[in-house]
Amino acid sequence: MSTSTRGLLRLRILLRPRGTRAQLVVALLCGLLGFALVTQVHNSTSATSRRTARPEDLVRILDDLSSRSDRLRAEIDTLRATRDRLASGQDSGSAALAETQRRATVLGILAGTIPASGPGITITVRDPQSTVRADALLGAVEELRDAGAEALQLSGVGGPAVRLVASTALLDAPGGGVLAGSTRLRPPYRLLAIGDPATLRAAMRIPGGVVDTVAASPGADATITVSNATSVAALQALPRPRYARPAGAS
Amino acid sequence: MIGAAALVLGVVLGLIIQPTVPAGLEPYLPIAVVAALDALFGGLRAALDRAFDDKVFVVSFVANVLVAALIVFLGDQLGVGGQLTTAVVVVLGIRIFANAAAIRRHLFGA
Repeated sequence: MSTSTRGLLRLRILLRPRGTRAQLVVALLCGLLGFALVTQVHNSTSATSRRTARPEDLVRILDDLSSRSDRLRAEIDTLRATRDRLASGQDSGSAALAETQRRATVLGILAGTIPASGPGITITVRDPQSTVRADALLGAVEELRDAGAEALQLSGVGGPAVRLVASTALLDAPGGGVLAGSTRLRPPYRLLAIGDPATLRAAMRIPGGVVDTVAASPGADATITVSNATSVAALQALPRPRYARPAGAS
Repeated sequence: MIGAAALVLGVVLGLIIQPTVPAGLEPYLPIAVVAALDALFGGLRAALDRAFDDKVFVVSFVANVLVAALIVFLGDQLGVGGQLTTAVVVVLGIRIFANAAAIRRHLFGA
């Protein structure tokens, strides 16, 4: 038999229970040991051992805690500085963002890429005999711009409403009606303009102005309505310039 | 066998009851436990050597515990409590290792 099997056999013999008094005493002591072991483990892992610890242990613990507290304080300072830096950066960033958004809105309204609403006027041109020519409408548009109109829209029969921007051309369509950009519209026309209603209305009604010019065409007339909630919803696509570049940019 | 069962029973009782150690006993309990462990391992080794004597085991158990506690107490009174505790723990640790090695050689032949 090898040493190991002999040893295991002996262990098995050893572990066989016997009812002698000595065995009981041994058992008692083992039980006491197990009890004390668990108690001590539980005691050392709880935090109540400070009261009866030795002075040098307490000094050591105090030193550890002091150095830890110093380290944590330094960390707090670093983090505070980082937070302040980020907060100030964030503020300037958000201010710049708000400014950029405002500019984008303004440019969008002018370029016709976003819908606009506000006080303004609506000019309705009735033209049952299709005698009103495009230059009369163009004159109206220019007059309105002169009077401070910020967003303009022309609608009629036979096509969607057209947002009138700087690059929109108004021509006579062959066969009647007008050609606004690439949209053909037939009368009656409705020209919406957002701006100061009183100024716009006055501009339309100057002697020899738009209202008189339209009235000079046989059968046609122009009426103006003022509204505080004129809504210009037609949009104009924004073409990228192919030749023009911002001056000064590389 | 009864000893092993009693050990387990003691552990279970300790986990269930979870008593708090009285303040006067607190510095001595850990060293007493280590000393008792040393006696236990010594007894186990003696049993495997077929030289186990119950009386020797009980006396060594109790004596170990008392002597260890006494040394710690003396050290505290003299002002070298920490160092003396360390010394006792080191010696007991060496003995536990030696006994455990002997047990291991008996059981596994290596």
